[in-house]
Amino acid sequence: MSFVRKSYLPETSPPLLSVGVLGWLKANLFSSVGNTLLSLLGLYMLWVIVPPLIEWALLDAVWQGSGREACLVENAGACWAFVAAKFGQFMYGRYTFEERWRVDLVFLVGALTVGLLMIGRMPGRRYLAVFGLVIYPVLAYFMLTGGAFGLVEVETSLWGGLLLTFVVASVGIVVSLPLGVFLALGRRSKMPVMRTLSVIYIEAWRGVPLITVLFMASVMLPLFLPPGTNFDKLLRVLIGVTLFSSAYMAEVVRGGLQAIPRGQYEAASALGLGYWRTNLLIIMPQALRLVIPGIVNTFIGLFKDTTLVMIVGLFDFLGSVQVNFSDANWATPQTAASGYAFAALVFWIICFGMSRYSMRLESRLNEGTRRA
Amino acid sequence: MRKLVIWNDPRYRAWFFQILAVLLVGGFFATVIANTVDNLNQLNVASGFGFLQHTAGFGISQTLIEYSEASTYGRAFLVALLNTLLVAGIGIVFATVLGFLVGIARLSSNWLVAKLATVYIETFRNIPLLLQILFWYTAVLSNLPAPRDSMQFGGMLLNRRGLYAPAPVGEPGFEYVMLAFAVALLGIIILRRLSERKRMHTGAGLPVLFPGLGLVFGVPLLVFWLAGSPLHFEVPQLRGFNFVGGLRAVPELLALVFALSIYTASFIAEIVRSGIQAVNWGQSEAALALGLRRPEVLRLVVVPQALRVIIPPLTSQFLNLTKNSSLAAALAYPELASVFAGTVLNQTGQAVEVLAITMAVYLSLSLLTSMAMNFYNSRIALVER
Repeated sequence: MSFVRKSYLPETSPPLLSVGVLGWLKANLFSSVGNTLLSLLGLYMLWVIVPPLIEWALLDAVWQGSGREACLVENAGACWAFVAAKFGQFMYGRYTFEERWRVDLVFLVGALTVGLLMIGRMPGRRYLAVFGLVIYPVLAYFMLTGGAFGLVEVETSLWGGLLLTFVVASVGIVVSLPLGVFLALGRRSKMPVMRTLSVIYIEAWRGVPLITVLFMASVMLPLFLPPGTNFDKLLRVLIGVTLFSSAYMAEVVRGGLQAIPRGQYEAASALGLGYWRTNLLIIMPQALRLVIPGIVNTFIGLFKDTTLVMIVGLFDFLGSVQVNFSDANWATPQTAASGYAFAALVFWIICFGMSRYSMRLESRLNEGTRRA
Repeated sequence: MRKLVIWNDPRYRAWFFQILAVLLVGGFFATVIANTVDNLNQLNVASGFGFLQHTAGFGISQTLIEYSEASTYGRAFLVALLNTLLVAGIGIVFATVLGFLVGIARLSSNWLVAKLATVYIETFRNIPLLLQILFWYTAVLSNLPAPRDSMQFGGMLLNRRGLYAPAPVGEPGFEYVMLAFAVALLGIIILRRLSERKRMHTGAGLPVLFPGLGLVFGVPLLVFWLAGSPLHFEVPQLRGFNFVGGLRAVPELLALVFALSIYTASFIAEIVRSGIQAVNWGQSEAALALGLRRPEVLRLVVVPQALRVIIPPLTSQFLNLTKNSSLAAALAYPELASVFAGTVLNQTGQAVEVLAITMAVYLSLSLLTSMAMNFYNSRIALVER
């Protein structure tokens, strides 16, 4: 029996191409002829796009300067000096210079509140939510408009930049939420009249583009009111945006309502609760929790759509960027591209951040249901 | 059972609230209408739709049908409507193709391709559409060369005045070629029917692909040759500072189509990805176990089921694209929101009528789409036991 081995052979290492970096490359990029071609195509696209972009945005970019001369050099890349010089306008529009600390304060308090609320389990979260939804809007209103408590009044026609974008988007979402809840309840109501009215309202607003709604708000709304009444352009736009987004909000809330099992309604009526108490105490707390991701998504959509207010003559963030292109002191071939790139970056960071947050919320909500 | 007091009876309550709602809504509209009439009288603005017959007196840079400054507002409306449909049509085609490519790429086993697709989607859907439109228009297209140093690809010319292409002009006899094409299409349909019938009887169908291709290309080409090539191309010519002749797409149209397709494609890609992922892997395994080949598995099992998930959100994206084409108002591309709700409204001052017509157009487009959608849904809905 001398041919039986008594010991194991020493292990040889696996083939070079199946482990480590090379193995990963082979499995993920070069597994077949077609895949190799695709990878090469992808690499080529990267090579075409990325180096020129880095060159334009970083290497050749002009970072400092006080006028167009700085950016008119040979082969200049992005003119970030323009963005730096106009940064105040991009953020606040023409808001009175000495009063800008008020905007900063409102932004800061808002960011803190939202940030703390997002942390999750925190003592006193309930009070913070009440502060954010009830006290904060009032505070923000007085801080931004002024005219009371010894603050100088700042007309809304001076508001602009990122400030205006945030004002339009947040007012739109906060006011449209209760409207949307009522409309969603109406659409699911057993009373035919309520149902028809809600359906007509929702479908009519969802069927038209926001821009026509804004035209309507700025041109037709004054005609609808008793002769002689006239009001703020910003308020008109806010009304238009709110009515528009309430229709979308209604559909989001309806989605949540449809996910509530019938047993919840039956149990509530077995306990002797009427329509309003059933909805207020039993259904809505569950349904609204389900649709938080949907609400965040609506908010992202609305946030992007606020750029349209520039078409009716308000200077939101994009509008403020755009209006500064006509400044002769900064007229260079790169001004427009740099301004748009900066605006795109700001919008992207905000929207991408929110969509990630909504995805995290969604998975956290799913966790709860999976455990049950 | 004790009789309910009338105000506690749910039926009477329902009636009461519904009548109240009708009264409130009716009263609201009555006040609004009364106020509007008062306001319009004070402002001395004419009302009614008579203005549609008045001369418009402004030019439009891109028109699909004949239009001049002497045409009526009604004609301007038609031009604008067709331009809206043009942008929407082109945009939908490009967005669908790009969206399907990116959506499939995102599911690719190739790491690089999948990551590139993800970057594409996350970049473009998180940047406002208006910004993208303005970027293409102001930062890219207006930096193109002047007409005399146009960029050329094939027969097409690109410069800062737009994209020029040779225009096909049919000569007498060309209608026979079109007819032959229609006949060939009909032939394919018949061929498919026959093949299907034979498959039902014998299990093996007729070959369809190559005879079909032969029909579609061969028959019209044969007729084209027989009729003596009745077609020539009108090539754009440089006259002075500009090109004359041929087909021209103004830069506004290009910027809109680029931005709309790229933006919407990022949403379509996600729809396609989720649609494909929604088809259970077991379906493919079962189909393979039944002896179907890979392409057949895709064509007969996976795609039909994925489409059921994909198509409803896809149509709503098409609708979004159509509605978003109204952002042309920021570029002065002559479509509905910019010509009709912009120029015509400013010239006539008849805000109520003009906006009502504009909104009615968009509204009927979306209602038509959702009706078609509901019809399609009821046809493909799973028949459950």
